[in-house]
Amino acid sequence: MLDASISYYRYAFLGCEFLTWVWYSVSSSGINKVLKKGDSLEIGNKIVLERKLHDSFEKITIKGKDADLEEGILSLKKGAVVKEINLLYKSGEKEWVFTVTGENLSLSNIKTPDIGFIETKNDVAGFATEKIFLFNVICSLIDDLFKIFIKQRVSDKWPPVVSDIRKWINT
Amino acid sequence: MGLLSSSVSINRYYVEGKIQESVLEVVTKGLKKYSFKETEEAPSDKISGWTSFNNHFKPDFESSSFVLGDYFVFSLRIDKKSVSSKIIKKYLYFETLKRLEESGRSYLSANEKKFIKEHVVSVLLLRVPATPNIYDVVWDYEKSMICFFSNNKSVNEEFETLFQRSFNKHLIKIFPYSEADILSDLSDQERDTLSHLSLTKFME
Repeated sequence: MLDASISYYRYAFLGCEFLTWVWYSVSSSGINKVLKKGDSLEIGNKIVLERKLHDSFEKITIKGKDADLEEGILSLKKGAVVKEINLLYKSGEKEWVFTVTGENLSLSNIKTPDIGFIETKNDVAGFATEKIFLFNVICSLIDDLFKIFIKQRVSDKWPPVVSDIRKWINT
Repeated sequence: MGLLSSSVSINRYYVEGKIQESVLEVVTKGLKKYSFKETEEAPSDKISGWTSFNNHFKPDFESSSFVLGDYFVFSLRIDKKSVSSKIIKKYLYFETLKRLEESGRSYLSANEKKFIKEHVVSVLLLRVPATPNIYDVVWDYEKSMICFFSNNKSVNEEFETLFQRSFNKHLIKIFPYSEADILSDLSDQERDTLSHLSLTKFME
């Protein structure tokens, strides 16, 4: 493996491309083909995009429940990339909300399904085990999606995907 | 921010290589050796160490108390002291004045000023209590994966350093390239393509 300090910056664009791909896949319902039957993934309440302007960067943040994502699409048209995206994942009755950052794939603001309260000291271990399970669901989801993305990205399937993403941005 | 909080942030790591000896023994030894040592006398602005997930102020790594099912669950505690720059400025003024009076001179050299500032800061740090910060660690030993519950850069660096020192294992942070290289089951040919990838322009 390449030195981490080099590969972190050299390939940070892959994370932004991944988030753009996720947004496109959610919007075109293509994501449903890769999720378990009955599960769903939606864009949450925040998208951060960034566009390079000569020597500086323009940052566009779209925030708020039911926010109009048109501004984001317009930014993509102008050549912006997705830096951060908030997602809502539903599986059965359960709901997870979390934000993924493209540059480092870190997860933040993770809210897992409600599992009640700790009432006694004896509840802590069970509560922690349940929480770990719920966090793993999100980590596995990101791993699975990234795997599908990167397999396309390093194959000849990528140019047609890029063409579809361009069509989506322009419609 | 911890495992049991209502909203959490996670950075993930891959642990390079397996522990050859008894895993539980090695992990217990590492946690004990670098456990958080409680002291208010520390002159430094920061001290860190491992602590128990369920008792942040009294680390106890006896009898596998950090084992939860298939996971090792423990916490990194970083106690930080901070003194306001305005307080430093005030004490620096009086200390400088005192030195000038003692020496009978009207000025101090750059070295003297630097020494006085270091002295003032270290004296003030001794008087200020440290603020404890706790960051949980969930280590899935079988999968060699770790969830570290903080996205703060310096906290993550502290975690990486202490982990390496405690268990003699190198951590690889999961970011786009390492996710592709380690977790995506790429073939050698795909890995080769990966290393030559360049930015896709979605719009011309």
